[in-house]
Amino acid sequence: MSNIPENLKYAESHEWVHDEGDGTVTIGISDHAQELLGDLVFVELPETGTQLKAGDECAVVESVKAASDVYSPLDGEVIETNEALADSPEVINEAPYDNWIFKLKLSNPVQLDELLDAAAYASMVEAEDH
Amino acid sequence: MENPVEHKTILNQTHRDLGARMVPFGGWDMPVHYGSQIEEHHAVRCDAGMFDICHMTAVDIRGSAARTFLRHLLANDVGKLKDQGKALYSCMLKENGCVIDDLIIYFMNDDWYRMVVNAATTEKDIAWMGRHAEGLDVQIQPRRDLGMIAVQGPNAREKSLLLLPEDLRETAERLTPFSAASNGEWFVGRTGYTGEDGFEIMLPEDQVVALWKALTQAGIRPCGLGARDTLRLEAGMNLYGADMDEDTSPLESGLAWTVALSDLNRDFIGRSALVTQKAGGRLPRFTGVLLEGKGVLRNQQKLYDGEQEVGEITSGGFSPTLERAIGLARISADAGENLSVDMRGRKLPVTLVKPPFVRNGKSCL
Repeated sequence: MSNIPENLKYAESHEWVHDEGDGTVTIGISDHAQELLGDLVFVELPETGTQLKAGDECAVVESVKAASDVYSPLDGEVIETNEALADSPEVINEAPYDNWIFKLKLSNPVQLDELLDAAAYASMVEAEDH
Repeated sequence: MENPVEHKTILNQTHRDLGARMVPFGGWDMPVHYGSQIEEHHAVRCDAGMFDICHMTAVDIRGSAARTFLRHLLANDVGKLKDQGKALYSCMLKENGCVIDDLIIYFMNDDWYRMVVNAATTEKDIAWMGRHAEGLDVQIQPRRDLGMIAVQGPNAREKSLLLLPEDLRETAERLTPFSAASNGEWFVGRTGYTGEDGFEIMLPEDQVVALWKALTQAGIRPCGLGARDTLRLEAGMNLYGADMDEDTSPLESGLAWTVALSDLNRDFIGRSALVTQKAGGRLPRFTGVLLEGKGVLRNQQKLYDGEQEVGEITSGGFSPTLERAIGLARISADAGENLSVDMRGRKLPVTLVKPPFVRNGKSCL
């Protein structure tokens, strides 16, 4: 079973969101997503300063199996990216919730309420598996 | 959508018990990896790994006309096989020179050859062979009663030898590359699809699970189809359905070396089409490709010479040994040397190289 921490919010496209409480969020991909992808070999990061709308493609994670888009779960500006992923993308496989991909300064914080909580994401993942 | 999965190998539950991620492949429910495809890949390059290849089909060709039949059926010439047990790689072609399947054929004795064909193509292969065997003293026997395990890697033979039946062990130990021996229903070929040394072992299906478990105990790592694909790609070996198919000939798929045209009296199926194709010249070039920089080459990505589309990646992927993207590609004869690949709308430079990329654990670049 995949690991789904209680303290995070989730998008249907398998990103996790950590609310930093100061109008910014940290975003990565879920354990379920990394498991589906298999060994990651490359991560293409967004540029800092990019303005994103919820649902925009903003990063690419490539595994031995496939390339997969990462979507921004929320509206906002990219304020930081995890440069360490360029050299060691595999850390996402090892610890998907410790190894974030990018941080956003939110332009529409109420959108946070539209994301899935851990229980809702867990039942979505379970439904997908069957 | 994937086709419905109709078939399971005898090892299906064993794979599940080992925590394999299962995927549909050619109508079969097969393991793609058991945790990490890259670690499985390295196990084969550096030590020993094994693959469930029970989905592939062994087909015995028996009868006094077996050799005559096969010299007509196959693009490579079984007449080259003089020593018992010797193996030959060949394509089986349509009249128009395009590829029905690629296969390995072992010469067992004058009226017995054994062929191994791909899983997804088995039914059409057998139907095709049956049609061409009509009126000849040839029996075509798919051996669905046999299972197959490939053990591959520098230590694979040593680690597996003791698990072979005693009366086959010594012969197996002395096998030269690309040859096989059998004893009763057991069969061992020093062949594979990884670019490493190793065996492909056939045995009665009801003994497969026990052998798999014993091989695991002997330190041979179970590997899925994911690693099998990156290993064969590094080794520069073609994959049927990706690098060649019913719309391409061996001459445009890097397989001219498997087409035996020298015996002018041997009229094999597809010969005249290939001779015409060859005489026409300007055949597409089949080549290895390296991506410069980061990213992963994927099947069917388009290649460009400037703004001109000149070909495509037929098989692409990430090479765990070289830690970079590699691929096989078919490009038009008039394409230049400085090409780029379209990767999600961006053109990235590639370098053309002669495959293989990796053999026997070492980079060939």
